[in-house]
Amino acid sequence: MCDTCGCGERTGEVQVTLPTRIPVVEKILNANDAAAEENRDHLRAHGITAINIMASPGAGKTQLLLATIEALKDRVRLGVIEGDTASQIDAERVATTGVPVVQINTGGGCHLDAPMVHRALHALPLDEIELLFIENVGNLICPVAFDLGQDYRVALLSVPEGDDKPYKYPAIFEAVDLVIITKIDLLPYLDFDVSRFEALVRALNPRAPILKLSAKTGEGVASWLAWLEARRGHPQEGSH
Amino acid sequence: MAAMHELPVTQEILRIVTDYAQGARVTEIVLVIGDLTSFIDEAIQFYFDQIAPGTVAEGARLVFKRVPIRFRCRSCGTEFTPRQRDWRCPTCQTQGGEVLAGKEFYIESIGVIPQGGKN
Repeated sequence: MCDTCGCGERTGEVQVTLPTRIPVVEKILNANDAAAEENRDHLRAHGITAINIMASPGAGKTQLLLATIEALKDRVRLGVIEGDTASQIDAERVATTGVPVVQINTGGGCHLDAPMVHRALHALPLDEIELLFIENVGNLICPVAFDLGQDYRVALLSVPEGDDKPYKYPAIFEAVDLVIITKIDLLPYLDFDVSRFEALVRALNPRAPILKLSAKTGEGVASWLAWLEARRGHPQEGSH
Repeated sequence: MAAMHELPVTQEILRIVTDYAQGARVTEIVLVIGDLTSFIDEAIQFYFDQIAPGTVAEGARLVFKRVPIRFRCRSCGTEFTPRQRDWRCPTCQTQGGEVLAGKEFYIESIGVIPQGGKN
């Protein structure tokens, strides 16, 4: 009998209509993170160091990549995964260098995720690659949330974008292992305060080196190449 | 409309919720989202309204718990929530700090009406 009104219903049956709370506490990106760990294991097994390059559209990712390939391809075995929303343009530019490249078209999606990179890895000759560049979709916001299984993450910020960008996009500058200011040949013409930008990055991320270069003039590119050389064959433990 | 990345993320939320609900009808989903992440409440709601119909979570209420960014000052250890374009520590004026909070992105809990319960 129901104690409250004596209606003949058993209380248990009344209670089942009340919502029950189930604790979940599950990270929403767990599935991506698990796929990223698989990629990481797969890359390690082939002795590949993978670099995830993130930046706005037009920051100079492909330009820097082409300069890097030119400088390294005769002594380092390279590979490239090109992420883009639709076109093949960047992959075609890379393909002319003779370096193995796979294009991922996200179909409008604003970032690469780990399953996409997994599929791309199947299309690359992994035994012939030491250093793999993953050029993410041009975007300062979304890519940082998605671990791809890379060893290192690099953020590029070009001089025309402005020195205040860490205020607007703190997550990426907080997370990366290296920050590169690109297009420094434009510094004389624009109000980009390098020390202000460096201070904002440092405020979030004191451990990431900050390099300055111009892929166009070649100034500063050597420091980037040295950074890469120091990491080739040295995957970073637990890099996310 | 919304940033694209909320669609796959909302699909993932629905997948996890369906998994935990085990066939029960879901009435509420409590999400915890840090302000340092790029995920936007309105965009998740927008996609949820499109993909939830026909699933156990149809009509469920989304509850968004936003977590503000918290810095711990690297000079004096003060914990503070930075302002928009001013990351100075209120105690010693050092800029920025170690991020203590703001990166959260998880489902905290769901409310369900078990199978056999009234709709």
